[in-house]
Amino acid sequence: MPEAATLPSVDDALALGLTREEYELACVKQGRPPNQVELAMYSLLWSEHCAYKHSKRLLRTLPTEGAHVVMGPGENAGAVDVGGGLVCAFKVESHNHPSAVEPFQGAATGVGGILRDIFAIGARPIAVLDSLRFGELSGAGASDRVRYLLDGAVSGIGHYGNSIGVPTVGGEVYFEGPYEQNCLVNAMALGLARRERLVRSAAAGPGNVVVLFGASTGRDGIGGASVLASAELGHDGDGGEDRRPTVQVGDPFEEKKLLECSLELLDRELLVSLQDLGAAGLTSSASEMASKGEVGIDLDVARVPLREPGMEPFEIMVSESQERMLCVVEPHRLKDVMSVCEKWEVNGAAIGTVTDSGRMRVLRDGELVGDMPVTALVDECPLYDLFPQRPAEPLYPPAAATLAPEEPARATLLALLSSPNIASRRPLFEQYDAIVQSRTIRRPEQADAAVLALPDGSALAVSIDCNGRRVAADPYRGTVEAVLECAANLACVGAEPLGTTNNLNFGNPEKPHIAWQLSESVRGLGDACRSLQAPIVGGNVSLYNEGSTGPIYPTPVIGMVGRLPDARLAGRLGFARAGEQLAVVGPFAPSLAASELEKLHGAALPDGLPEIDIDAVAAAQDAVREAVRGGALSSAHDIAEGGLAVALAECCLAGGLGARVRLQASASPLVELFGEGPGGFLVSGSEQALRALAERTAVSPIGAVGGEALAIELAGEAGAVSLQATLEELSTAHSQGLKEFFS
Amino acid sequence: MKFGVLQFPGSCDEIDALAAARRVGEAELIWHRDRDLGGADAIIVPGGFSYGDYLRAGAIARFSPAMESVIAFAGEGGLVLGICNGFQVLCEAHLLPGALLPNANLRFTFRQVELDVVRPDTAFTAACVLGERLSIPAKHSWGRYYADQPTLRLMEDSAQVVLRYASGHNFNGSVEDIAGVRNEAGNVFGLMPHPEHAVDELTGGSADGLSIFESMRLAAEGAVGAGVGDA
Repeated sequence: MPEAATLPSVDDALALGLTREEYELACVKQGRPPNQVELAMYSLLWSEHCAYKHSKRLLRTLPTEGAHVVMGPGENAGAVDVGGGLVCAFKVESHNHPSAVEPFQGAATGVGGILRDIFAIGARPIAVLDSLRFGELSGAGASDRVRYLLDGAVSGIGHYGNSIGVPTVGGEVYFEGPYEQNCLVNAMALGLARRERLVRSAAAGPGNVVVLFGASTGRDGIGGASVLASAELGHDGDGGEDRRPTVQVGDPFEEKKLLECSLELLDRELLVSLQDLGAAGLTSSASEMASKGEVGIDLDVARVPLREPGMEPFEIMVSESQERMLCVVEPHRLKDVMSVCEKWEVNGAAIGTVTDSGRMRVLRDGELVGDMPVTALVDECPLYDLFPQRPAEPLYPPAAATLAPEEPARATLLALLSSPNIASRRPLFEQYDAIVQSRTIRRPEQADAAVLALPDGSALAVSIDCNGRRVAADPYRGTVEAVLECAANLACVGAEPLGTTNNLNFGNPEKPHIAWQLSESVRGLGDACRSLQAPIVGGNVSLYNEGSTGPIYPTPVIGMVGRLPDARLAGRLGFARAGEQLAVVGPFAPSLAASELEKLHGAALPDGLPEIDIDAVAAAQDAVREAVRGGALSSAHDIAEGGLAVALAECCLAGGLGARVRLQASASPLVELFGEGPGGFLVSGSEQALRALAERTAVSPIGAVGGEALAIELAGEAGAVSLQATLEELSTAHSQGLKEFFS
Repeated sequence: MKFGVLQFPGSCDEIDALAAARRVGEAELIWHRDRDLGGADAIIVPGGFSYGDYLRAGAIARFSPAMESVIAFAGEGGLVLGICNGFQVLCEAHLLPGALLPNANLRFTFRQVELDVVRPDTAFTAACVLGERLSIPAKHSWGRYYADQPTLRLMEDSAQVVLRYASGHNFNGSVEDIAGVRNEAGNVFGLMPHPEHAVDELTGGSADGLSIFESMRLAAEGAVGAGVGDA
């Protein structure tokens, strides 16, 4: 191999994000110092983003097997059996740092990336959900930058999803100070495939051809995985502008053609294996395909269609240009593959060969410019133990108070309804096409989970959730709650969980208090998923989410997919019939700890959340699910942020009907009205339906549906409270909260 | 009765349109490079982002081989329905008057809208009654219908405005609340809202859109005229 004039030094390795020890290990693996191409490839594949080197040991503790699991972690996406010969592929991924630098393209390419993961395993994408976190929108600590990030990210998600014809059916957004400098943009996608049509990414068959197809390769996104995704964002008020060139630019039209082309190639059984190009571009795609197939790959970078002249081999190997796929093809099928590419006006180029050498070899016009053992690149990155330590001092300052504790109950309810974390999400989701592909049975704000029709008359349900403030207060229980809330959302539409995906968004795991958050959170994730029999089929980890003011709230975003037998009986959240009975269902023990109300009051985060009886909550979910899918309940809603009073208001608004409620308070009126905790549902139905439900779980009748207002009378030892608000007043508060930020 | 549904690179709602058309008749896709319309009795130009909507929405699709055949088909009196991007394509092809501009709010907006049927005597609304209100989803960023005053008066004279947004539903800012227009001959019709997404209560919020396809079937089978001269 020709020697470069000067080999890169250890300082170059450090600049690329490797440690001194990792560089030395790479020298051992190579038997010599790596050259520029090799060092670039090691630095990416040994980055946190690609190698999960701080999280892999924890992730191995998660439950990944279950009755419905068809494809577990390790492939581009996980998949569960949904009956009728179909599987649902799904996964959530983050694009946090790119979005913090350039929100429109960062969010757009986040959607593009997760969609490629879905069709890379042969599934047609059928839905997108997103999970967003930003700093405070208003009040002390709010900045114009937060509005810019929010507006840009929402537009970017819409631009990509709408243009490619995949509906955005749900999502969540929270506004909290700790996300001010490090917003979170997580995107989840679902796809459908016939079970036998799923394809894996392992390269196989020495002599087979490696074909790159899709967009041409440019200098965009170079170093995204190592420089952006695996390090803290800049200090000293650096918004990351100097890193903007490391953000990729998306083209949904190109991806739409790529999607149709990929699915046609698979339909015609022309491919041995398929893999998308995401973080670390060709480097990670080719190496991972080779590793999974226990083969080698030779790639000639001179055959890669380029967007600009003069690109160096290492640039071609690490470029993160979007909308590209890599496949392995038997030589006699190459012509057919190229003609499908031509039909869809997609660039296809044979750029390499599968070998039996076990080596990843990079050539330029036949001349060897990089040569590495595949196992060293992919499987031998050092893994690190965490050194968790519970923090002695609170990590997060309290939010600025925006509501006086002595405000009357009515004003408190209206303030909560218009607060950014509870206000109607309509200004966001109206920017997304929620119905293309004609499967969407429940659109946003119609039910707790999105519901998508399946061909056999059954339906999929999907929910995404995480309340980072509660995880910050108690990483273990907060994470358990996030999983339980997803399952509760599914229960409200009548669906049982089939599988779970997650995106662990945390700060720098090399810091003991972040290591503690991460390990406690993963423990909670595992416990909750085991109890609900909702195994983890895939996911992603995003670490180093910190700015100069400290870490984000620990945010293990949970996505859960479930199924209900009869699509026509999918539950709704809105009250449906005047005169029907209202009840609180389940082992609901409200508390103000880490609640939205405490946030508005400016209270500090508590040290810990109340204990949870996971099995009792799961039993209540079972009961509600059965009642909904049997058609017994007219509405079902999970009691979450803002407590019972907010849940009542949301059901009134969704159904256009008021309610008269009488509560006997054992705790203080504020706790009764606005306290939060897992395990509670607000349902409406006939007296008979509620009596039947009471045989399975706790049911407390609280009033009846009807009228033009929500009227609550509360009596108890701590005092009597009565509040009344018309539907119009509730609607004004709820609908205006976020509207002004999108004007 | 056979519908042909065009498919461009970047089409998104062609499968939905195909399924909706199949509720009232036969339907097949027509690839954008094909000039052969496969003996279709009516053509649907579907929604989406044909050719990425680069240059201008619908501006490139209008020159595709399949569209050249559709223009000839329309010239011979064949029924053509353009939905959303399809409406934009038909305006670009001058099969329909006017143009679609960016929404007044400058954002992509998805909303269930109510439409008033102001002409039930057309090949596309014969299954409706005068004043009937259709609940149909709309989703677009370039849906603000515009035509200059002389054109609007000509359209009025020949009864070319078929659907209007009901009061409070004209979110895109279309001139005179115009939601759906036909050509002077009455055989070409375009609208921004998506009737193909309102053919089933379960997924559409209503099945009101079905009457558009049903009307086309009636017209193709000769049960109603194209509405020419009915004004």
